[in-house]
Amino acid sequence: MATTPDTSLAARARYEPVIGLEVHVQLLTASKIFCSCSTRFGDPPNTNVCPVCLGLPGALPVLNRKAVEFAVRAAMALNCRVNETSIFARKNYFYPDLPKGYQISQYDKPLAEFGWIEITTGTGRKKIGITRLHLEEDAGKSLHEGFPDSDQTTAIDLNRSGVPLIEIVSEPDIASPDEAYEYLTRLKEIILYTGVSDCNMEEGSLRCDANVSVRPRGQKEFGTKTEVKNVNSFRFIREALEYEIERHIGVIESGGKITQETRLYNANEGKTYGMRSKEQAHDYRYFPEPDLLPLVVDEKWQAEIRRMLPELPEARRKRMVADYGITEYDVQVLTSTQALADQFEAAAKAAKNPKRVANLVQSELMGRLKARGLEIEQSPISMKGVAMSADLVESGAISGKMLKDLYDLCFERGQDFPAVYEKEKPQQITDTSAIEKIINEVIAANPKQLEQYRGGKKTVIGFFVGQVMKASRGQANPQLVNELLAKKLES
Amino acid sequence: MKVTEKDVSYVADLANLELTSEERTRMVRDLNSILGYIDRLNELDTANVPPMAQVSDRYGVDQSKQGSERFAYASREDVHEGLRKSLPHEEALQNAPEADGIFFKVPKVIER
Repeated sequence: MATTPDTSLAARARYEPVIGLEVHVQLLTASKIFCSCSTRFGDPPNTNVCPVCLGLPGALPVLNRKAVEFAVRAAMALNCRVNETSIFARKNYFYPDLPKGYQISQYDKPLAEFGWIEITTGTGRKKIGITRLHLEEDAGKSLHEGFPDSDQTTAIDLNRSGVPLIEIVSEPDIASPDEAYEYLTRLKEIILYTGVSDCNMEEGSLRCDANVSVRPRGQKEFGTKTEVKNVNSFRFIREALEYEIERHIGVIESGGKITQETRLYNANEGKTYGMRSKEQAHDYRYFPEPDLLPLVVDEKWQAEIRRMLPELPEARRKRMVADYGITEYDVQVLTSTQALADQFEAAAKAAKNPKRVANLVQSELMGRLKARGLEIEQSPISMKGVAMSADLVESGAISGKMLKDLYDLCFERGQDFPAVYEKEKPQQITDTSAIEKIINEVIAANPKQLEQYRGGKKTVIGFFVGQVMKASRGQANPQLVNELLAKKLES
Repeated sequence: MKVTEKDVSYVADLANLELTSEERTRMVRDLNSILGYIDRLNELDTANVPPMAQVSDRYGVDQSKQGSERFAYASREDVHEGLRKSLPHEEALQNAPEADGIFFKVPKVIER
């Protein structure tokens, strides 16, 4: 990080940070929240607009039921209590990308409250409270730069005006930049699982503002907070918070006072800067939106929405540990994205030994992907391919070494495992005398097992099959091996 | 006098209004008169009346319907261009004081 205020470790240890996060998530509806214009990203500017989202006089909003459904689904996934009745309110402020002069949001009666999610910290699991989740409309987009007349004018695109958002406000339960990062990661994961948003930060479908203050350790009262806005990655939020915390401590330690203000993070410099803003900027004069009826989500509707809730990440991880006998660590890797977890489960269920599928994914697949900078979705080897290879190792048809070679070939050729295996599979030994020769050697080398078999422990045949397959480097025809072995052992 | 000149200046500022000193004086008088009337309403005992955010809650709904059903008529399905199509691009920009054929144009926003 660039130059930071002088804060010795000793000084830092005397303070504890208090962080709260506000996250805006765009909902994946086809049409806007109060009109039927398209929400599609990337359309030509000002083509998905109508009198309602342009704020033309006399236009009236009509609520999109799907937006309500999605917001409630997200609220339930975040363990919120859904209020049966909530009220839309006008948040009044002037900005050119807000054509009505107010944003329709919710204020004193939000859609949902009292939620929480669990995160993993250095000292174990921790619950982070969610104060509220409410529905609101997005504003348009201001383009301040990139036009010949940008020194004189700002260009406005109102396609985004009226796109449905949920705002998720956390309790000030977050005690470090790392916890903030973890909270955002878990929150995004849950929202992705519910399918109500794609959470794409580049396209602005997920945006985060952070409130941060510090206080002497043990003090109850909060210190003065600053708000860091419009940071476009979780990593930058962590960096911005680290910078702000050090800055706060530096100011306080040198006898100064923190000014409550909004700051922007400059990722290139790793610093935050205060925004030039008028005083009194934060008097939004909320009042109930007279153009909309109260939003009523009664028990019946809530039950319908609850039925649409998918299995959530934490529950899935617990189940996968139980179902596949895999470790806590394995399950974290395998559920890093929903797509990966889905593919893995489909493959593992179809394989003879799910644990082996899990092991192969981690030991053989992940490393090769990482070395080539590929996402799991870009893997030449599908989960079905992994499952097939696992079964081949399981039956002794190929050795671990052969599997590695075959995987390398898959990556070299950009082909899935079945195709490569079909071409490269070891020539099978079907010559009876050759197999018998191996069998004789194996039996001679294992008199103890032979004795056990002849003593009636017939399952020991499995051991011999394995040894013969191993001795033939997986090339003996397994069916022949079984037949010949049985004959030989009984003789 | 409840509303002072300072209050009027503050509210005018929030509303992006520039008032002359005569207008400010008149606003102080008008706002105090309005708030005086509200004070009269405050004399009513409303302890047992639930706050009402919306009059249509009482009037215009089908009283036989309860819960979400009651207000369902005022919501819509998520159908793209269902109730009303988006405006043709030229029409959308038509009333703007300034536009370049693609974007609305406004005087440079400096605050931010």
